Amino acid sequence: MADRTAASRRGLSEEVAGAGGHQIVERVPSDRQWLWRLISFAVVFGGWEIAGRIPVSPSFPTFSATIVALGEMLLDGTLAGAYAETVQPLILGMLLCSVMAVLFGVGMGLSRTVEWFSLPIFIILQAAPMAALIPLITFLYGIGLTAKVVAVMLMSAPIIVLNSYKGIRNTSPSLLDMSRSFMATRRQQIVKIILPSASGLIFAGLRLGVAAGVTGVVLAELLITPTGVGDLITYYRSVAEYPHMFASILSIIIFSSVAVTLLQRAETALFRPET
Amino acid sequence: MTVLGYRIPMMFSLLAWFVVWEIVGQLDLTILIPPFSGVIAAGITMLPSQKFHDAITITMTAFLAGMGLSLLVGIPLGILMGRVKAIGQLMGMWVNIFESSPLTAVIPVLMALLGFGQATIITTVFLFSVWVIALDVQVGAKHANASLLEMGRSFGASRFALYTKILFFAALPEILAGVRLGLIRGVKGVVIGQLLVAIVGVGELFELYSRNFLMEEFWALVIMVFAFAFAISETVAYVERRIEYYASTR
Amino acid sequence: MLNTVLSARNGQASGTPEAAVQVEGIGKRYPGGVEALKDVTLDFPAGELTTLLGPSGCGKTTLLKIIAGLLDPSKGQIRVKGKQVHGPGPDRAFVFQDFALMPWATVLRNVAFGLELRGVAKAEREATARKYITEVGLTGFEQSYPHELSGGMRQRVGVARALAVDADILLMDEPFASIDEQTRRKLQEDLLQLLQIEKKTVIFVTHSIEEAVYVSDQIVLLSRRPGTVSRIIRPNLDHSTDLEAARRDKAYLDCVDEIWQTLKQYLV
Ligand SMILES: Nc1ncnc2c1ncn2[C@@H]1O[C@H](COP(=O)(O)OP(=O)(O)O)[C@@H](O)[C@H]1O
Ligand SMILES: [Mg+2]
Repeated sequence: MADRTAASRRGLSEEVAGAGGHQIVERVPSDRQWLWRLISFAVVFGGWEIAGRIPVSPSFPTFSATIVALGEMLLDGTLAGAYAETVQPLILGMLLCSVMAVLFGVGMGLSRTVEWFSLPIFIILQAAPMAALIPLITFLYGIGLTAKVVAVMLMSAPIIVLNSYKGIRNTSPSLLDMSRSFMATRRQQIVKIILPSASGLIFAGLRLGVAAGVTGVVLAELLITPTGVGDLITYYRSVAEYPHMFASILSIIIFSSVAVTLLQRAETALFRPET
Repeated sequence: MTVLGYRIPMMFSLLAWFVVWEIVGQLDLTILIPPFSGVIAAGITMLPSQKFHDAITITMTAFLAGMGLSLLVGIPLGILMGRVKAIGQLMGMWVNIFESSPLTAVIPVLMALLGFGQATIITTVFLFSVWVIALDVQVGAKHANASLLEMGRSFGASRFALYTKILFFAALPEILAGVRLGLIRGVKGVVIGQLLVAIVGVGELFELYSRNFLMEEFWALVIMVFAFAFAISETVAYVERRIEYYASTR
Repeated sequence: MLNTVLSARNGQASGTPEAAVQVEGIGKRYPGGVEALKDVTLDFPAGELTTLLGPSGCGKTTLLKIIAGLLDPSKGQIRVKGKQVHGPGPDRAFVFQDFALMPWATVLRNVAFGLELRGVAKAEREATARKYITEVGLTGFEQSYPHELSGGMRQRVGVARALAVDADILLMDEPFASIDEQTRRKLQEDLLQLLQIEKKTVIFVTHSIEEAVYVSDQIVLLSRRPGTVSRIIRPNLDHSTDLEAARRDKAYLDCVDEIWQTLKQYLV
């Protein structure tokens, strides 16, 4: 983990680099850890149930009611329909953004001039609340799919760009020396040393980008036009069906956790066989 | 970049971009991009206005209150998670989930539970920032130099002294990193919260300006908010660099 | 007995075979203003192992990287077999202190990497790599990844990679410094054995007096920063009969002691 903090301290702003304690946490859990997880679930869900039964607020449903609502929505296809809508801008935005932001970040890492012109901007964007620009998106792209795709890209681009940049810049100087001593051309150096060594951080950037992109799509669905999961949340709130509202929110949190965890597993398997 | 043999600091590229902005604005290509000089002028007229003053006050209050809560909860929680195995096991999964999940989706719940006022915004700031703080502090507490703690114990330090005199400082680099990330997320939280609630603080101003095509005011506000976010994160980063020597001794 | 060939900077080495590498008036000042080397003039005789020995920070790595062509000197020039060089070349191969192995590549690909960069066909370069993997004693680990190997084994990969490109000159920067003492002794012996098969000119950097005396034909003592040549010593140990015996040789112990007496003055 030393590298995590070292990375973030050397780091520019937000969670550039394989950031977060994420890295230590997600390994394949042993039996004992499964037990702990079970207890952990029990405590949290139990607490939720009790709080709902008191109830702490009329708009705070119990855990059981929420789960029943979630089950209902799963069975009657409400959730499937909503997610079919929600993932469209998410996937489109992430695909576009992955290609463009990674290329840009790599370019920034390889060229001092590109770096000089764009690094400060991305450092600022990374720390800044990009959500503030969402009102502008409606203005530019209306309220259709494009607007949501742009919202996803806006939220996820800075982290992907900066992580790709860092990946390139973190190439071990001694590997670079090594390739030079064997007379690698610049092209060989990039293809055979720099890109493979950056791939782990680039992928980590994509993972963080997905997490940010989900926020982007939710925000767009809540702010721009109610569709997908955002629509469910807004609708159930307006008709005061709180168990369903909570179930919708729970589903998006589960969705994002599963996506991020899967990406993280893939990352460990692909790029960090040593851990 | 070097020009005529002089190294030009990177932040100067922003000036270049402002010039580009001014030119694009002068070309009158789109109403969305007014000349940069106009943005500056709008910012200057905006600053003393009562409306702006009120918005900033209410926003800062929510931000500071939420962050204060986050720090009060996040740091001790992180230290406990790092030092007490049971707490680490019980909380670890949740902190991780919330740290990377779209908490934006929770804001409608807060609005239902707490109404459309400051309480919702403060809670949003808290929820956005507390997890990353706890997570970072946990890493610091867990990986604090073990022999430093053993040294403390061998000299008979009390548990309280061990935590406040040794562990806190040993974990300081990670604590600061967590605080920096937490602050950044807190700013995002306050903005997103106010945008969704839509009737308070800078969120209201963003809505107002964009709805009424007041692009100069809109951009002036964007620049101020972005600059604020950048400034606080750089301030913590500066402190972090001051204690960088810590790293060399572990 | 000891045979001090020359003291600092008095020109050509006498009685030694022709020089594979000549360092002429090399000075190096880093951009920050640190003067790492000052007017270093040295010959490295062909077919011999010459050690650069000096306190930490005296500029050993800097000098080696200048010879390798990885760094530009601020002053002076480097000649390899009489010809001035300006960058890395196929005649020199580097062995790195931190091994510089690609973590994403197998031992086989790492060893063949120098050839891969030259565009040698896969089958051919892998055959060559296998030969050197065997030579450094790593048979059976061709498909392993660096993180699966111990430090000593990793450096064997580094040595095999340098041998595989068939350069006449090996530049080794503290190759065994980050390896535990016992493994290090074994690596030293294996290196000497290897060099009896592969006729190479070796420039070897170390800060260990014992290591220098044990492996070297010639030892160059460098002064503190800015590094200059302080003395050149030839230990004249006989490795040909028994690799073990050399460490018990009186000449070995005397030489270690003499170097220590010289280097002591550079310590605070
Ligand atoms: N890239 C660099 N920039 C500035 N100073 C350097 C750089 N590399 C090395 N130095 C300095 O030059 C001196 C010699 O370094 P080096 O050749 O690595 O020493 P050695 O290998 O003998 O320990 C040291 O004092 C070091 O701090
Ligand atoms: Mg060195």
